[in-house]
Amino acid sequence: MEALFAMAIGLLTAVGIYLMLRLRTYPVILGLTFLSYGVNLFLFASGRLAVNAAPIIGYPQPYADPLPQALVLTAIVISFGMTAVIMIMAIGGYLEAGHDRVDLDDTLEPEA
Amino acid sequence: MSHWIIAPVVLPALVAAFMIILFRGRLMLQRLTSVAAVLALNAVALALLMSATTTGAQAYFLGDWPAPFGIVLVLDRLSALMLALGAGLGLVTVVYAIGSGWDAKGAHFHPLLQFLLMGINGAFLTGDAFNLFVFFEVLLIASYGLMVHGGGANRLRAGLQYIAFNLVGSALFLVALGLLYAVTGTLNLADLAVKLPDLPEGDAALLRVAAVLLLLVFAIKGALVPLQLWLPGTYANAPGVVAAMFAVMTKVGAYAVIRFGTLVFPMDLAATNLLYASLLLPAGLATLGIGAIGTLGATTLPRLAAFAGIASMGTVFVAIAHFTPAATASALYYIVHSTLATALIFLVADLISRRRAHSGLQDCPPVAQPGLMGALFLAASIALAGIPPLSGFVGKLLILDAWRDHAFAVWSAILVSSFLMILGLARAGSHLFWKPEGEAPKAKVEPVALLATLGLVAGLVALTVFAGPVTDWLAETAEALHDPAGYIAANRLPTGG
Repeated sequence: MEALFAMAIGLLTAVGIYLMLRLRTYPVILGLTFLSYGVNLFLFASGRLAVNAAPIIGYPQPYADPLPQALVLTAIVISFGMTAVIMIMAIGGYLEAGHDRVDLDDTLEPEA
Repeated sequence: MSHWIIAPVVLPALVAAFMIILFRGRLMLQRLTSVAAVLALNAVALALLMSATTTGAQAYFLGDWPAPFGIVLVLDRLSALMLALGAGLGLVTVVYAIGSGWDAKGAHFHPLLQFLLMGINGAFLTGDAFNLFVFFEVLLIASYGLMVHGGGANRLRAGLQYIAFNLVGSALFLVALGLLYAVTGTLNLADLAVKLPDLPEGDAALLRVAAVLLLLVFAIKGALVPLQLWLPGTYANAPGVVAAMFAVMTKVGAYAVIRFGTLVFPMDLAATNLLYASLLLPAGLATLGIGAIGTLGATTLPRLAAFAGIASMGTVFVAIAHFTPAATASALYYIVHSTLATALIFLVADLISRRRAHSGLQDCPPVAQPGLMGALFLAASIALAGIPPLSGFVGKLLILDAWRDHAFAVWSAILVSSFLMILGLARAGSHLFWKPEGEAPKAKVEPVALLATLGLVAGLVALTVFAGPVTDWLAETAEALHDPAGYIAANRLPTGG
């Protein structure tokens, strides 16, 4: 199971990094989402993988570590919120600029 | 146990929420509430600063859960100092935003600023690594909103880059926390400090990976080369008043490096040893160089300010990299100075840009009120370049003194970069004020905005005049950082567990 889990994290991270390096906003956002999936799985595994074990001490033995599950829940909520924010920002940028490239023209500055 | 420790987090959170619910669209009421709230925050921060000075490190156990099972907030001299610095800058920012009318250019400026203060205060206070991540996200999500305040295509697109960069940083942070938890089973900073020396040898490699990943995350926040790429575009495109407030956000990165480098991964920890020092010094020197060269080549005034800010972060990280009490004290002095000076140059850049046809440094349109603006620009330049009589000079002198053992590399880098910055700032100043073509726009009378800007100048002057007592206080703070027994004791960890 560990090997499968590790491969899943690796695949998600690789897909995420590849998409993040694209020039358009939507693939970049998708890439960030994939990366956060990979990271969430990694965080979940930091409490060791256990099968058929409830996160309750003493029942049954052995028990799973509950803390990484709580951490992962927090991380999922945060990355969900952040994805929503960057999505709105990308749509706003597209509507204002008329294109969805992620690179900046450095000579332009905002008009106050 | 003092309940006031949580006030810097709760107060801005409640005020922001109330402002959105009750004063939606009523700018005057929002302004009054916001000023009252930052004044109260300043009072609390000063009270906490005095309490930390007299009684040392104290912990606040959220929900009365004992550490390391619950989350703790720890107030020590360093976090109290950073709280006061952030609150002071918050006051200047709010007053300037009101005086310059920036807060009327879009919705929710004041609530977002309060949320930003909440995140910054939380990051300075927390004694738990995962909670630090959460507060980072709080301050970042508020900063995303502030960064695009006022709108416009360039600002939105620069904001997109800024968010993407920081989301990658958050992902790295989570990986680092996962690794830390996997090898130690705890995320409480004091508990980590206790457990790491007894780490089995086989886990040392994983711990080093976690330490470097954490350093990367803090380097992104602190704009350390090669992770500074997001800063010029973000700060130059953000509203000037927001960029000034962001001056304390880069310091969150510096604060986190000091905290982890002295408490969790101290120099005498076998597994990480000199890791932080050996990575920070070259990166800090490179940051200093790129910042100084950037000021020389900047095409617009806000970009010039952004690169000057990068250079001062480089100086801060060089000072931190020595990891001795004297050097840490000089780093803390320079952090205070750099926050005030960077905020000042952004406010001055904003004042000047709104008195000209555009913010570029070529084919210069004239500035209205050139005398006053020129004097402010001169003050900001003196502070940033680190020449007498302002506190930048004192700060750089302290850093040079602390680095006496590697005088050749460090001294030449700091002195040459200071020279380059003098050149860059003088070039910008002469273009701005001595080569005007055409007619100046009408003078703007903004007494409140000027008052806020002069407040920063007064802060710099005070930091210079009271350099003696301030450095004494900082020296004691640095001693406490390098001998964190008091910080660990405040957490009241169970013994023998």
